[in-house]
Amino acid sequence: MTGKPTLAVWKFASCDGCQLTLLNCEDELLALTDAVQVASFPEASREVVAGPYDLSLVEGSITTPHDAERIRDIRQASRFLVTIGACATSGGIQALRNFSGDLAPLVYATPSYIETLRTSTAIADHVPVDFELRGCPIDRRQLLEVISAYLRGRKPAIRGHSVCIECKRAGITCVMVAHGTPCLGPVTQAGCGALCPSFARGCYGCFGPAETPNTAALSARWRELGAGEGDLVRAFRAFTAGAEPFRKEAEAHDAH
Amino acid sequence: MTHIRVPGLARVEGEGGLEIVTEDGRVTEARLDIYEPPRFFEALLRGRRYTEPPDITARICGICPVAYQMSACRAIEDACGVTVPEPVNALRRLLYCGEWIESHVLHVYLLHAPDFLGYESGIHLARDQPGILERGLRLKKAGNRLMEVIGGRSVHPVNVRVGGFYRAPDPRDLRGLAGELEWARQAALDTVGWVATFGFPDFSRDYEFVSLRDPAGYPIMGNRIVSSRGLDIPAADYDANFTEFQVPHSTALHSVLAGSRTYLVGPMARYSMNSGRLPEAAASAARAAGLGATCDNPFRSIIVRAVELVYACEEALRLIEHYEPPDPPCIDVPPAEAAGYGCTEAPRGLLYHRYRITADGTITDAKIVPPTSQNQRVIEADLREFAAPRLDLPHDRLTWQCEQAVRNYDPCISCSAHFLDLRVLNRTG
Repeated sequence: MTGKPTLAVWKFASCDGCQLTLLNCEDELLALTDAVQVASFPEASREVVAGPYDLSLVEGSITTPHDAERIRDIRQASRFLVTIGACATSGGIQALRNFSGDLAPLVYATPSYIETLRTSTAIADHVPVDFELRGCPIDRRQLLEVISAYLRGRKPAIRGHSVCIECKRAGITCVMVAHGTPCLGPVTQAGCGALCPSFARGCYGCFGPAETPNTAALSARWRELGAGEGDLVRAFRAFTAGAEPFRKEAEAHDAH
Repeated sequence: MTHIRVPGLARVEGEGGLEIVTEDGRVTEARLDIYEPPRFFEALLRGRRYTEPPDITARICGICPVAYQMSACRAIEDACGVTVPEPVNALRRLLYCGEWIESHVLHVYLLHAPDFLGYESGIHLARDQPGILERGLRLKKAGNRLMEVIGGRSVHPVNVRVGGFYRAPDPRDLRGLAGELEWARQAALDTVGWVATFGFPDFSRDYEFVSLRDPAGYPIMGNRIVSSRGLDIPAADYDANFTEFQVPHSTALHSVLAGSRTYLVGPMARYSMNSGRLPEAAASAARAAGLGATCDNPFRSIIVRAVELVYACEEALRLIEHYEPPDPPCIDVPPAEAAGYGCTEAPRGLLYHRYRITADGTITDAKIVPPTSQNQRVIEADLREFAAPRLDLPHDRLTWQCEQAVRNYDPCISCSAHFLDLRVLNRTG
């Protein structure tokens, strides 16, 4: 209608933090809304423009039969579909349910009031996804990069290397080497700016696995630092528990 | 028969709708439908370490993660019989001020003001009045920046831990924020003046307000829960006074006080219970905006939020001026076999956490009651009474006003839907 590319923002099971990151682009928000037509963004606007949409940003994981259907409609209405955040890319913290027994009969007084799936899964488990932006929450600069890239028709310049690389670049003292603090940085994808080590804390993996992560070697190092099997299970089974390399590493220690 | 139905409410955090059914000029049903999928946080916390709830429960809400972190820390420290030193407490309060600023500005400028001015969104508002939204965004950024300096990032800060912080921020970094916060304080005062000019429906009700009480001032954290009908209890007595139960149309549990009483939490309750504790600048801004000692028109809650914004900026400046880095930044909190209780004032109101942990530090039970689930009943009562005398309004107009009546509470549906109390459900299930 306006000739501008259309942007839609969708929510599934999540905390709203990743779509809030879009509103947290305070310096860029008005320029962005000049460049695109915000066609559907219920958290911010009552207005809904009918699809198709040039770019859909999808937050949250699939946890109900209805949502498993809804994501198919959104895929169909979207030229590009980008998932944002740990929930959409790995199932999120709520994917911890995947490793428990069936919680529903335990939890609901009247289970018939609501339908939920046994698992919380990533959007890519249900429909093809054009790009997955990691993070719990996503990083503001990376989000702007992804939106700019799709508006320009190029690939987002986002790397899959580990937190260690950006930690070294920032000149932060290694918390594991210098202080013996267990850190998931060596196997976690960069993007946060090595935040935890900059606060003298070990990385807790909220951006999910880096490319080709050697989780077994890191676990061995953690053991030398005093971590037990339970600590390793909890470390890998947290904010991106459903991501394959972390899921497998947690399983390897859960058997003990 | 009139039927008002908004299947997907916009400008709220999370997924919900509203439905009002009337017959013969009488409202027969007024429902806030919450269909946000539950995420089972209370169940997922079982078996985790007692040090994990600040990071895990932050993920309940991207808009108020600090509230979850603070209530979690306080509850676990309570279980372990530990009280953090004052400098840690002051730094927590400062971080919390950042969240009040960020969250209140989001609601006032982007979610609520467009209703009063007839815009679909803050973005539409910006087309006509770019200066207004620019002020809002800069103000929001001031809150986010404060959270970033203390917590590393504004959504799910990384620096908070049971016992304190991983690293105390450098005083120079905090003092570097003072200039922008001075600007923010003035912008917040201007915000009060701006929202006070809005038109407010003539609507008020006799509410029971529930908030924390802090002898030191306007409440952000504190352990006494008070109400306008005489409730005055420690956080540990929460479960004995408040009851949650499931209703068919919501994945968030409803809550009542003393078995049946509908009550209200959030800015209006905090203000009405504690307006005498506001410092002079915020108090005089409130008076100039026409607020009395209490506020019982929920549409005017936007003024209360703006007044709290003034307070949060002032309090942040005061805390920065007196900032001494806590040394060490955190204290040891050895686990103890016990239950602990923690309450703080999230931007949307009282947020209660309870944990039971074992001697080796494993969580065996968790209960979390967020403000929006507590406000569901009062929202429905408002809808009922608000709609009844306005049924002759054009349908579109009444629908929008009813949506606005829900947005008065800044409902955070993402928060509210994740809580299912295993204890209660086991009993009835």
